[in-house]
Amino acid sequence: MIGFLKLLSRNRLSLAGLVVIIAVIFVALVTPLLPLPDPDVIDTKNRFKTPFNTDAILGTDHLGRDLMSRLLWGTRLSLAVGFCAAFLAALIGSSIGIISGFYGKHVDNILMRGIDMLMAFPYILLALAIVAALGPGLFNALIAVAIVNIPFFARNIRGVTVGITHKEFIDAARLSGMTDTRIIITEVLPNVFPVIVIAMSTTVGWMILETAGLSFLGLGSQPPQADLGSMLGEARAALITSPYTSVVPGAMILIIVMAINLLGDGIRDALDPRLKSGVLSSPRPRTLVADYSKTKNLDASELLSVSNLKTQFHIGNRNYKAVDGVSIYAKKGACLGIIGESGSGKSVTALSIMGLVSSPPGIITEGYVNYKGIDLIQTNDQKLRSLRGGKISYIFQDPLSSLHPLYTVQQQLEEAILAHQNLSKEEVYQKCIELLKSVRIPNPKQRAKDYPHQLSGGMRQRVSIAMALANDPEVIIADEPTTALDVTVQAQILSLLRELTSQRGLAIIFITHDFGVVSQICDEVAVMYAGKIVEYGPSEMILNHPAHPYTSKLMGCVPEIGKGKRKLASIDGLPPMVDKLDQGCAFAPRCQSTISECLTNDIKLRDVNRNMKVRCIKPETHL
Amino acid sequence: MLGYILKRLFSAIPVLLGISIIVFLIMAMIPGDPATAILGSFATPENVEKLNRDLGLDKTLFQRYFIWLGNILQGDFGRSYSLNKNVIDEVVERFGATLILAGTSFIMCSLIGICAGVLSAAKQFQLTDKLITFIVLLGISIPSFFLGMMMILLFAVHLRWFPVSGMWPIYGARDLTALAGHLALPASALAVVATGVIARLSRSAMLEILRQDYIRTARAKGLDEKIVIWRHALRAAMVSILPILGIQAGFVLSGAVYIEMVFQWPGVGRMLVDAILKRDILLVQGGVVFVAACYVIFNIAVDVAQHLLDPRIKT
Repeated sequence: MIGFLKLLSRNRLSLAGLVVIIAVIFVALVTPLLPLPDPDVIDTKNRFKTPFNTDAILGTDHLGRDLMSRLLWGTRLSLAVGFCAAFLAALIGSSIGIISGFYGKHVDNILMRGIDMLMAFPYILLALAIVAALGPGLFNALIAVAIVNIPFFARNIRGVTVGITHKEFIDAARLSGMTDTRIIITEVLPNVFPVIVIAMSTTVGWMILETAGLSFLGLGSQPPQADLGSMLGEARAALITSPYTSVVPGAMILIIVMAINLLGDGIRDALDPRLKSGVLSSPRPRTLVADYSKTKNLDASELLSVSNLKTQFHIGNRNYKAVDGVSIYAKKGACLGIIGESGSGKSVTALSIMGLVSSPPGIITEGYVNYKGIDLIQTNDQKLRSLRGGKISYIFQDPLSSLHPLYTVQQQLEEAILAHQNLSKEEVYQKCIELLKSVRIPNPKQRAKDYPHQLSGGMRQRVSIAMALANDPEVIIADEPTTALDVTVQAQILSLLRELTSQRGLAIIFITHDFGVVSQICDEVAVMYAGKIVEYGPSEMILNHPAHPYTSKLMGCVPEIGKGKRKLASIDGLPPMVDKLDQGCAFAPRCQSTISECLTNDIKLRDVNRNMKVRCIKPETHL
Repeated sequence: MLGYILKRLFSAIPVLLGISIIVFLIMAMIPGDPATAILGSFATPENVEKLNRDLGLDKTLFQRYFIWLGNILQGDFGRSYSLNKNVIDEVVERFGATLILAGTSFIMCSLIGICAGVLSAAKQFQLTDKLITFIVLLGISIPSFFLGMMMILLFAVHLRWFPVSGMWPIYGARDLTALAGHLALPASALAVVATGVIARLSRSAMLEILRQDYIRTARAKGLDEKIVIWRHALRAAMVSILPILGIQAGFVLSGAVYIEMVFQWPGVGRMLVDAILKRDILLVQGGVVFVAACYVIFNIAVDVAQHLLDPRIKT
C-alpha cells in the first residue's frame, strides 16, 4: 500500500487530482456547517446578480437564489448520487460476476448472455428506458445509471473470479466441507475485493457525469432540489444573458471529473508493471547518438568497417554497456561471422551499424561506422535512409515477426524495391518475381500473393532474403537468420547465402551463436563476450586452434554428428551483467586458467600473428 | 466472407430478441394503469375496460410480448398519443436527423482521434505528445452538454460564426451549406469526448505496434518514416483501433441525446426525452428498440470490417 502511494505520488498530475478530489469531498462534507444562505430560498428581487459584486460571492440565479450555496449543496448531492450509483453498480455487478465465475457452466452462460444483452444497448438508451418506466427523479436516475454500469463490473469481476476458482486453496476449502456461500465470502471475496475497488474508482467519475447528464435533461433531480446537472439545465434558458449561472456548475463538474480521471490514470499506471520497466516506450526511427568528437578522415576505399563502437542501454539508473569498443571489417565477397552467447552484444553491434538499435533505451556513445568514407553514425537521416535497404540491408532472426503480417509478400517486396528505385508498375512486378525466383521459391507468382502467415518458416526467410537483395546491396547484415528454422531448412538457407555471396560479390556480416554455422559459411569470425571482441581472425584458424579459452569452451558446446565419443561440454556460470563489470577480464570468473593479472589489468586485444587477434594473457595456442 | 457476414447476422437474432425482451419488461414494470394515464382520472370504468381490451392489456404478459413482437416485426410500433402519429414514422424521421449529427461527429472523432493518437505515439515523450495528452485529458473530462453551451456562447453569440441552434434556418433555403453551418457546433461538441478516448487508445495501440520487429524491418528497408508510421504501423494498429471505434460509436449515439437538447436538434434523443416527460410510453419503447437494433447492426458491420482488415483471421 505504501509502495503504491509512493508510485502514485511520483506522478505529479495524479497527486494534484487526488488533492483536488479530497478538497472537493471535504467541502461537500462540511457544507451543512458553513454559514451559507438557504440554497432554495427564492428572492426574485435579486435575480441574476453578477459574481463578486454583492453579498453572494458567485452571484444569484434566475430565481435570486445564492449560487455559492446552491453550488456547494449541488456538489454534495452530485457526489453522493455518483458514489451511491457506483456502490450499487459494484454491489450488484460484482455479485453477478462472482456467482457467474464461481459456478461456471450453465449459470455462467445464462448470466453472461443477459449481461451481453444489456451491453448491446447504447448505454444512455437503456438509462432513458429505465427512467421512462420509473418516472423522472433523482433516485430513479441513480438506479438507471447503476443498472447501466452493472455489465462493466460483472464482466471484470467474473474474469478475476474464474482465475481464482481454479486455484488450490479453493479446492482445499471445498474438500474441508465448507458450503459454497462460505467459500465465496471467506475465500473468493477477499481476493476480488481490490479489483472491485479499483473498478469503482475508475467508474465513479463516469457515474457522476451520467447522473448529472440525466438531471440536465430534466429526468433526474426535480426542483427545488438541485444537483450540478439540473443547475446547469435550469441555467440553460439564461445562457446568453447570464452565462455565469451556467459556468459555475459546469466548471465544477469539469473539475471533479478531471480530478477523478487524473487520479484514475495514476492508479492504473502505478498498477501496470510494464510502465515501470519502460517497455511501453516506442523506438525512434534511428538510434540516439551521444555528443562526442567525430573522426574526420575516413578511408573511402574501405567497404564497411566499424571502429571502437560503443552502444549502451540507459535504463533507470543503470547503464548497460552492451557493445564496448568493437572494431570489425567487412570485405567484398567474404563472410564475417560474429559469434557469442545471448547478451554478448553481437546483435546490438549489427543493429548499431544502421542505427536500428531501439532507442530509448539504446544510445551510441562512441565510435564510427565507415561505409566508403561516410560515417553512418553521424551522417544525416536522409543519407542513412537511402543506404538502409539499398547498399546495406538486413535479414532478421524471426521471419514471422519481422515481416508485416497484414501485407502480402508482393506488397512488401515491391515496397522495398520502390524505396530505392524508380520503376514502372510492370517492371517492379517482374523484379519482384525475379527476386523470389533467385531465392528459389517455387511458384513465385502464386507465393507473391500470399501473406507471411500462409508460408512455411523456410519460405518466409527466403522472402526476407529476397527483400534484402531487392536493391543489389553491397553488404548484407544477417542477424541470426537461421536460428528460428529447423536444421534441414537451415542448411538450405546457408547454402543459398553462400552462393549469393560468391555470385554477387556480397559482403555478409553473419551474426550467430552456432560454431557449426560459422564453419559452413564464414571466412572470418569475431568472437564476442560481454560486449567486447575476445578473438578475431580467419575462421579456419580459429576453428582449428582457438586461442581464447572462451572460444574453445564455446566450441566444446557444439555437438558433432557421427563422432559421438566426446563429452558435450557446457560452460559453468553465466555471462556477466554488463552494467557493472569488474576490472580485468570479463571471462575470468568462468575461466580455468585465471591468474591474478587477469583480475587487475585491463586486457587489450592484441595480435597473435599477422591475421589473428586475441584478448587474453594466456592464450591456449601460440602460433 | 459472405458466409461470415451471414453467420454474424444470424448470431444477432438472439441479441435482438434479448433487447426486445428487456425493453418490453422495463415498460411492463411501469406502475399504475396505462388506461387511466391515457384517459385521465375521470374516465368511466367501461371506457377503461374498453381501452384495456384495445391495448391488449387484458392478456397475460407472455401473450402480450409475442403480440407486440409480431407487430414490431411488421413495422407496427403503435401510435404515439402525444403526437397522434405512428411511432415508426416519427422515430425514422427523427433518427435521420440523429444519424446526420452522430454520423458527422463519428467521422470527425475517428479521423481526429486516430491522427492525434498516431502523432502522439510517433513523438512519444516529446512536446507534441505531452500537448496532445493534456488536451485529450481535458477533452475526456468536460461534460459535452456544458461544452456545447460554452461553444454556443463563444462561436454563435459572440463571434456569430455559426447559428445558435436547430438543424435548418427558419427562413431561407434548406441546402447543404445551411445544414453544414448548423451542424458545425453540435457535431464538434459531440465529437470531443470520443475524440479524446479514441486518441488515447490509438496512442497505446500504436506504441504496442511500433515496438514490433516488422517496424524495424520497415525502417531497415529504408522507408520514409512517414510511411513507416502511417502505412505500416497504423495499418497494424487499426486491427485493435477498429473495435474501439465500434464502442465509441455507441457513446456518440448516446451523447447525441444531450447535444440534441442543447442545440435544439430535432433528433431521436430529444424525442425520447420529450416522450418520457409526457409519459408517451409507446414512443419511448419504439424509439429505444429501433435505435438499439440499428446499433447492433452497426456493430456487425464493425466486426465484418475487422475481418476484412486482418487476413490472419480465417473467415
